[in-house]
This record gives sequence, C-alpha cells and structure tokens, in this order.
Amino acid sequence: MAEPLDDYIEAVSKALALPVEEAWRPAVRANLEVSLRLGRLVDEFALPDETEPAPIFTA
Amino acid sequence: MITKPEMTATEIASAVAGGRMSALAATETALARIKQHDTILNSFTDVTADRARAKARAIDAEIAAGKKVGPLAGVPFAVKNLFDVANLVTRAGSKINRDLSPARRDAALIERMEAAGAVLVGALNMGEYAYDFTGENVHDGPSRNPHDTTRMTGGSSGGSGSAVGAALVPIALGSDTNGSIRVPSSFCGIFGLKPTYGRLSRARSFPFVASLDHLGPLARSVADLALAYDVMQGPDADDGACTTRGVEQVAPLLGQSISGLRIAIAGGHFQKNVFPEAVEAVSRVAKALGATEIVDIPEASRARAAAYVITTTEGASLHLDRLRKRPNDFDPAVRDRLIAGAMVPAPLVDRAQKFRRWYRGQLAEIFKSVDVLLAPATPCTAPKLGQINFTLDGVELPVRASIGIHTQPISFIGLPVVAVPVPLEPLPIGVQIIAAPWREDLALRVAYALEKMGVVSAPSPRGL
Repeated sequence: MAEPLDDYIEAVSKALALPVEEAWRPAVRANLEVSLRLGRLVDEFALPDETEPAPIFTA
Repeated sequence: MITKPEMTATEIASAVAGGRMSALAATETALARIKQHDTILNSFTDVTADRARAKARAIDAEIAAGKKVGPLAGVPFAVKNLFDVANLVTRAGSKINRDLSPARRDAALIERMEAAGAVLVGALNMGEYAYDFTGENVHDGPSRNPHDTTRMTGGSSGGSGSAVGAALVPIALGSDTNGSIRVPSSFCGIFGLKPTYGRLSRARSFPFVASLDHLGPLARSVADLALAYDVMQGPDADDGACTTRGVEQVAPLLGQSISGLRIAIAGGHFQKNVFPEAVEAVSRVAKALGATEIVDIPEASRARAAAYVITTTEGASLHLDRLRKRPNDFDPAVRDRLIAGAMVPAPLVDRAQKFRRWYRGQLAEIFKSVDVLLAPATPCTAPKLGQINFTLDGVELPVRASIGIHTQPISFIGLPVVAVPVPLEPLPIGVQIIAAPWREDLALRVAYALEKMGVVSAPSPRGL
C-alpha cells in the first residue's frame, strides 16, 4: 500500500533529478518523516516578521 | 629521558625545548604506540611517518643550533581525515572522495600547529562526511573505544577520540557540527574544546554544514587544549566565517581563581533523557563547583529540532550532485538521510535559521546573569558498536538520534564548550562546560579548576 509521503518523494525526486530506488524508499520516507516532524516544531513557533535569519555572510 | 606514552603535550614540549628529550624520540614513541595498538583501535586511516620524522628532525636541528622553538615543539598530533594534509587525499570518511586528487596544501590549522612546532603523525577515522554520532564507518570499519573495544568511540570525530583516549597522541583535531568533538570526548574519556563559531579557521577542511561547522582540539589535559587552541587562533581570509578578532591567549589565564564566577546547571531539556551516569557526572561537577542554581534554557528541544533541519538540508545541498551520480557509493544510512534532507521544504529551513536568531537572543539574556552553564555531554556512556536502540525510563529510543540531544542545542548558536571527562567506572562520561560567545577562557578556566580538584581527568586506556 502506498504511504502518504510516497507521492511527494516521487515528485521531488523528479524535480531535483535525484534518484530514489525502490529499495531505499522506506528509509528515505522514515528519515523524511523525522525531518518534517522536527520541522513542524520549528514551524509552530511564532516569530516576528522582522526576524533575521542567522547564517553569517561576510563579503 | 625516557618517553612515557601518556606524557601530555605540555610535558613533551617542555622536555623537547629544554633538551631533555628529542622531538624524534617523542615522534617515535607515538609511531610505535600507533603500530602497537591501532590494528585493534582502527583510529588512523593514514600514518604520515616519513613526514613526521622529517619534521621532528628539523625541530631537533633548530634546537641544536640554539634557535627558539614554538610552544608545541616535538608534540605529535593527528587530524580527522576531513582536514587537508598535503599529498594525501581528503577522504572525509567517504569512499567517493578517495577519487579526488591529493591535497596540495595542509589545512590552515595544521599549518598553525606545525608552525608552533607540533609534528603531524597522521589522519584519523571518522563517520562518513561527518554525518554521524557513533564513530562507525562502513568503508574503513569502526574506530574502537580504548576503554572497551567492543564499544563506540562516538562520532563523527571517532578516530580523534580513540587516538587521544588511547594516548597514541596527546592532541588530535576534530570537527563539531552538532557534537562531533564533544561526543567522542565523552565516550573516550578525554577533554574536547568546541570553540565559538567562527573562532578557528576551517580553511582547507572538507565541510558538512557551513553555518554550523566548527573545528577544535581534543586532548588529555586542559592545559594541552589551551596550548593547541592558542596557537590555532587568529583571523583567516580563507574562511568566510572566521572572526577578525585577534588572538586571545587562554593558557596564561588557566590558573586564575574561579571563585567569582556565576556557575549554573542547565535545566529543562538538559535534565531529560539522561541515564543515571550522566546525572551522576553533572552532579559531581556541580558539587565540586558549588553550583546549585538550575537555569531553564527556553525552547532547547526546539533548538535541537532546528539544528536537525538545518543540518539535513545544508548537508543535502552540499552532496546533491554526489547523490545523483554516485548514490551507491555512500554509506546507505547517510545517503538515505541526505536524500530525505533534500526533500525538506525551503520555508522550514528559513524558519529554522530565524528561530536560531531568536534562540541566540534568549541565551544572551541568560549569560547576563550567568558565566558558565553545566550540561551533560551525552545521555549515556559509550554504547556497544552496532547498537540500534537503548531503553530509558521504559521507553525505547534510537541510539544514533539520541546521542547528540544535549550537544545540538549548544552548537546551534555557536557557544564555546569544553567537554570534561568524569572518570566513572566502568566507563567515563563527559560534561559540557558552556560559556557565552567568545568566552572560551571562562570554560577552560572552570575545566582547569575541576581538573586540579581531581573531579575530571582522562583515565588511562582501560581496554588495551
């Protein structure tokens, strides 16, 4: 049975020309689920619109 | 003078500069010890014996000619194999990078160590592309813990932890993106310094996550950490994130009293998901320092989540082309994490970086009333090699993902940390001494005081 993220993985795989063999898919899906779960934790945290991102760039 | 395997860098440099021991003898001791023990430990991937002997002889010639030598004269050291070493291929723990041409020039920090008289003896095993907390490597085999060779060294600077923990060399250099100096320091029972983000040049080292990568030393004493740290400081235009601050020497300050320092224990996230050994280690350190105040670090769990998101996506971006062209040459576990990282929507990454700014502000407020924070370096002592899960409070947790839960929220905002080893039996475990940005001096002074009190020390290797 197809998992909910499989269509997404398929679409991004094509968009990025990034191969995902069938055998790797369960592990990729499991890792993506963790990334998205942790990403949601960040997403849920309200920040002011003016917040600057943190990376340092020195020209 | 007869060399002893566990001589510190400070002792070696003093003996060499004072003419009581030759740099060549110190180098031969390290090379012999590597030969004797590294077939089991697997901490080295390259031993640069010819280069080391040539360098040692040059130092001895300078001393014989009456010239002044540097503060690390004759001190053997080794580097994680993501540092460029001239004429070696920088493999960064991977199979793929072995097809690159050999490096033409040493990494900036190797140049600075050698300018101070240190002698490079080789390059060290590491987790593939530094995306690792275990010290295991599918291409080179795992580095092994010198206190129990069936156990992990911790990663990703696993060879660095193993080589110093086994006293093959007194100093090694490693990298720390989410904990990769502090975790092996904890599991291998040694001292490790992750300086402030941007403090030490990363020029000519293979990157992982540009906005989180730090380099630093691992050693068997605080004085050795400070000695190496001091000679590696200074601006470097070849690393865009490297500070323009001048050198701020710490070694001369180590003996200063810490009685006026405000030291607190990190609460909340840092007191969860810990085994009794980690609780005991923090408790011993806190008691010795008279620290009783517990300070909650707001949103530290979310900080760890944001560090995870930035790591997986920046790492994926770095390796995107290799993932397209040579996916079967990666460690499958690393490949699958990176592919997943490439699929994380961009707004989440942007929000993680913005959260990072907010979180940094929260810690800046805390450091107005606290000088130093104490936290576990790892939730547990070294797990068994290959161990997948451990059970904590009746809950089964994945080992790999859980090892860095207390280091990630700290490196996320680039705070300086000294990991100090508490020599528990049967295995040591580390505690993080955390200071405000650019205050490595405070963390090192507290670590030094603990060492003098006998609360923390690098135990002799128990598994050899």
